[in-house]
Amino acid sequence: MRLISLGILIIGALLGSFVYFSEVKEEGWMSNFPFRFGLDLRGGAHLVYTADVSGIKDERERSERMDSLRRLIEDRVDDLGVAEPLVQVERGGVLGEGDYRLIVELPGVTDVDEAIRAIGETPVLEFMLVKEGENVFDPNVGDIDFDLDGETEESFEVSVEEDEILDDVMEEEVENVEEEENETESPFIYTGLDGSMLNSARFERNQRTGEPLVAVKFNREGRDLFAEITRENVGRQLAILLDGESISSPVIREQIFGGEAVISGGFSLEEARNLARRLQAGALPVPIELVLTETVGPTLGQEVLDAGVRAALIGWAIVGVFMLLWYKFPGLIAIFSLLVYVVIMLSVFKLMFVTLTAAGLAGFILSIGMAVDANILIFERIKEELRSGKKIRDAVKEGFSRAWLSIRDANISTMIIAVILYYFGTPLVQGFAIVFFIGVLASMLTAISITRTFLIAIGDPKVGGLMEKLFYPASDMFRKKEVTENN
Amino acid sequence: MFIIKYRKIFLAISGILMVASLGAVMYFGLNLGIEFTGGSFSQVSYEEGNIPTFSQIEESLNNFDTERGFVIQEVGEGGYIIRTTHLNEEEREGMIGALSFGDFEVTEERFSSIGPSIGNELRDKSLIALILSSIVIVLFITYVFRRVSKPVSSWKYGATAVLALIHDILIPVGVFAVLGYFLGAEIDVLFVTALLAVIGFSVNDTIVIFDRIRENLSLNEEYNIKKSFADTVGESLRQSYARSINTSLTTLLVLGALYFLGGAVTQFFALVLMIGVVAGTYSSLFMASPILVFLAGKKGEK
Repeated sequence: MRLISLGILIIGALLGSFVYFSEVKEEGWMSNFPFRFGLDLRGGAHLVYTADVSGIKDERERSERMDSLRRLIEDRVDDLGVAEPLVQVERGGVLGEGDYRLIVELPGVTDVDEAIRAIGETPVLEFMLVKEGENVFDPNVGDIDFDLDGETEESFEVSVEEDEILDDVMEEEVENVEEEENETESPFIYTGLDGSMLNSARFERNQRTGEPLVAVKFNREGRDLFAEITRENVGRQLAILLDGESISSPVIREQIFGGEAVISGGFSLEEARNLARRLQAGALPVPIELVLTETVGPTLGQEVLDAGVRAALIGWAIVGVFMLLWYKFPGLIAIFSLLVYVVIMLSVFKLMFVTLTAAGLAGFILSIGMAVDANILIFERIKEELRSGKKIRDAVKEGFSRAWLSIRDANISTMIIAVILYYFGTPLVQGFAIVFFIGVLASMLTAISITRTFLIAIGDPKVGGLMEKLFYPASDMFRKKEVTENN
Repeated sequence: MFIIKYRKIFLAISGILMVASLGAVMYFGLNLGIEFTGGSFSQVSYEEGNIPTFSQIEESLNNFDTERGFVIQEVGEGGYIIRTTHLNEEEREGMIGALSFGDFEVTEERFSSIGPSIGNELRDKSLIALILSSIVIVLFITYVFRRVSKPVSSWKYGATAVLALIHDILIPVGVFAVLGYFLGAEIDVLFVTALLAVIGFSVNDTIVIFDRIRENLSLNEEYNIKKSFADTVGESLRQSYARSINTSLTTLLVLGALYFLGGAVTQFFALVLMIGVVAGTYSSLFMASPILVFLAGKKGEK
């Protein structure tokens, strides 16, 4: 027993130093286990979007689209430079049969407005003719050309009839707007062709030169309009504008039927990739709507955290004083048991990457109060056994085995509640449920292992004598016993 | 044991409290938070020495949006909480703009906005969680006490525990109906979480006492002790009340620390738990066990 209690002391000390050093040290394996705080404690934004999938009938395609939406938003969020962002897709409804949702968590984000804009952003891509006489030439953009890739050749075989039907409509549109635009100073002529008519945008490389390119593919409407524009304006410059800025203005060399074009010229690898991504993103795979916003400023989060830690420490101290006053010496063991409990909990938070929220912290504080329960059960039971005239060692053993059934049944029921809470809870509540569950489990384990081991070790005649003398004045619970034992 | 002797009085107290709580809920209604109804909540602050008055803010907000109603509340020095219906991103920026009028610079501390559909869903989930917990508890207790059948069959232990649960939930809800009416305390997801934690605590407490009854019943049988069920329950209560009260006390102590020191976010949470813990301890000692004796009927008196 002495060996076991020594072992527990060592394990407790090791866990304690782990918790301490993993917080203090900046490097090494231990620094990989920091406390993880929820958005409500460190500040940040929690956003929930609902996705409108009503246009997609097939269930599988829905989840595929949601998946590409998630990846896309992940990219956008990454660009914000937020540490450890979280983007996930979830089904709403009580049993997960409801609408599709996209959940975005941005810890520590300072400019929420910008973040929300970046996530929902639709880059405006426009194709405009450059007015005759104007020479729009972006020095950043080198030799620019619409370039048809080899693989796009089949697209030339577009039925011409279709084009003609649409031509009239398009022509009118183009002309109408042309007049309007002429009145302004802009060097561009509106064509009506824009990013909403894109089917896809891909990053590619020129097969001969290896130059980074962005290949765009128009939808039917865009393809027809594009063919129309290129037919009418051979020899003129067609500017490609992104959010109102010209990114390239290639010269139209011939009519292009296929609905595919390559934007080339002077892009770095990264630029071409980003542009392709942004264009692709312009049309989100699924339209989304922001339905839940929660933002917490970093100062407020820190205040909540500080207050929670203070409450936990003081709560722990008060419980300790109470146990000491009420149970005297065994109370001291309970305090130690509780200390090990706290150390175990903190280690579990770190090792299992539990995210602590304000509710979780409250759950932890609550669990400190409840954790002594097992100790109280055991002590009360031992008292009873002692009163019935048993020797101290037997009383401890008997008390434990009798109290165990109650502890087990009572704690299992509490853990069941925690599981239900987790299943139905919001992230905030789940933080509480996890802490509550682990807390009940850990308190049960510390009580039956640590408290038990120490009580028995101290009850051991070999050490017991010394220990009892040491704590004699405080241990009125054992005093009566010692008297009878000495007899 | 005096609890069993005067069980009718204690049961009557429970009954009166439950009826009063129910009455409070019906009379005052429940002040549901935005998580259940949909809506928005903004906490903003102004820099010291440059704080607009309540009416200045009210005026500016009403100019910004004449249709929407704003509920404004002062918190601390230079802090305001503004509640209104669900705001989308554009509307939120508009509102923040409206709060930064004149020379006043506003800082947004916290903002939540929840669409009505999510609100409905959270409400359903909360109700289901509460009901499911109760059902699972009856089943669990019935299972744990399956070997106990005389003089009260095991499912009655479960049913009694659930009656105690309803008591423990109803009382904090009743108190919050009153607090909601007078102090604006809201029923939110955290409140429901606290209720479930109360359920966990209360069942824990009730099971410990039932467990003692079970043990004493089997001891009676083993040593062939002729004791009435009522006396056995009384004996069990006498053996358990110190533990029940001490556990409640330690829990109340930490909850007190949370209430006074833990900050505003979890203050009401701590309050619900404190009320629930007191109610839970009362119900385990003064309600659940007397009900068992009552259920045993004449058999219990022998």
